[in-house]
Amino acid sequence: MIRLSAVDLAVAALLVLVLAVLGARVQRSLGSRILVAALRTTVQLLLIGLILKALFAHVHLLWMALLSMVMLLVAGREVTARQQRRFAGWWGFGMGTVSMFLSSFAVTIFALVVIIGNQPWYAPQYAIPLLGMLLGNTMNGISIAMDRLTETAWQQRGQIEARLMLGHSWEQASGALRRDAVRGGLIPIINAMSAAGLVSLPGMMTGQILAGSPPVEAVKYQILIMFLIAVGTGLGTLAAVWAASRRLFDERQRLRLDRLRAPPAER
Amino acid sequence: MEGLGPVTLQVADDECVCLTGPSGAGKTRLLRAVADLDPHQGEVFLDGVSSLQVPAPEWRRRVALLPAESHWWGDRVGEHFAAGDIAGLQALGFEPGVVDWSVARLSSGERQRLALLRMLALAPQVLLLDEPTANLDPANIERVETLLTDYRCTHDAALLWVSHDVAQAERVAQRVLRIEQGRLAADRPGHRQ
Repeated sequence: MIRLSAVDLAVAALLVLVLAVLGARVQRSLGSRILVAALRTTVQLLLIGLILKALFAHVHLLWMALLSMVMLLVAGREVTARQQRRFAGWWGFGMGTVSMFLSSFAVTIFALVVIIGNQPWYAPQYAIPLLGMLLGNTMNGISIAMDRLTETAWQQRGQIEARLMLGHSWEQASGALRRDAVRGGLIPIINAMSAAGLVSLPGMMTGQILAGSPPVEAVKYQILIMFLIAVGTGLGTLAAVWAASRRLFDERQRLRLDRLRAPPAER
Repeated sequence: MEGLGPVTLQVADDECVCLTGPSGAGKTRLLRAVADLDPHQGEVFLDGVSSLQVPAPEWRRRVALLPAESHWWGDRVGEHFAAGDIAGLQALGFEPGVVDWSVARLSSGERQRLALLRMLALAPQVLLLDEPTANLDPANIERVETLLTDYRCTHDAALLWVSHDVAQAERVAQRVLRIEQGRLAADRPGHRQ
């Protein structure tokens, strides 16, 4: 494997700098946003690299648990931030985060113990990349699904209440809504599975090949990861949509849009 | 409930009570609270049974609300009715083929009349009517009034009817109540039938 030097990265950074200058000519703020994002990538990835290095040296369940909790909370915050009309109070953060926890942690642990079966099962070399990929994808699915659910409920409140007035249960009144939200959350992973290998070469597989793994081994891992992501995203999305749609209605099956916060004003 | 009440009101079987009052006085909110669509503090009884003792969907089938603006979730009119043939179509001036009509092409008056039939198809005991004739021409206003009065008599139903039209209140109601700033005001008897 060819190791990258600081100079190699600096050359790539120079290209980003050129892009930022071009971006600034399109729109002033675009240039600085490119630079800030590039800087964040550098700092965040260097930090996680150092953390992983330390973690590889001191393999302990406690450290693993700590790091995965931090990853989970950051992902939870991201899900909340992506909601136009999020649930007020802790509900907005809580429902997305708990759904992510249940699905990605369950799937990751299952994969580590049953499928990969290395010793110890929480060895960071396998556990961290797996959990990271699952969390990242589940986060996408859940935030799309919850955003779509609350936004559609807001737009279609007339229809939903019309059905409630005619004696429909909350499940009937919100059925179309929930199906639509789940579909929205699952489309990215379905598309990714359909296009894999034809249009896009998934990042993990490419990484393994760059690191010198035989292509077929890398492919087998990629298939495993795709399946795990699909299951994790699916379960997480179902759980989040179930919880959120329960929260949209109260014990008397009234539509409670007052539990949603107004979206931030357009800038 | 914010800005509304305390309100005490009793409506008998086979009675129609008209609610009038300026916009924003709380008429619609009162109807929504009775149908248990909004959180509220008061209690509502039907034949001595509290709304809280009845599952919410069941309550709303018995105590049905017709909102001022009707909403339709399906593409065709027929999708919104459980039964194949709809009672009262002729009385409101529709032909049977209306079930195949597209909801998007209905006029506001047609929507309002069909929403009324959609509600009556559930055979509710109590009708909460929020300006049920607001978008209708005189001929259709008369049809709707006749249909509702017939329904009240044949089903022993209790009607709570919000109307801005004093003459209409005189025609259809036994009592007329005024809501002002969230409180029930003057109570004057309407036309007795």
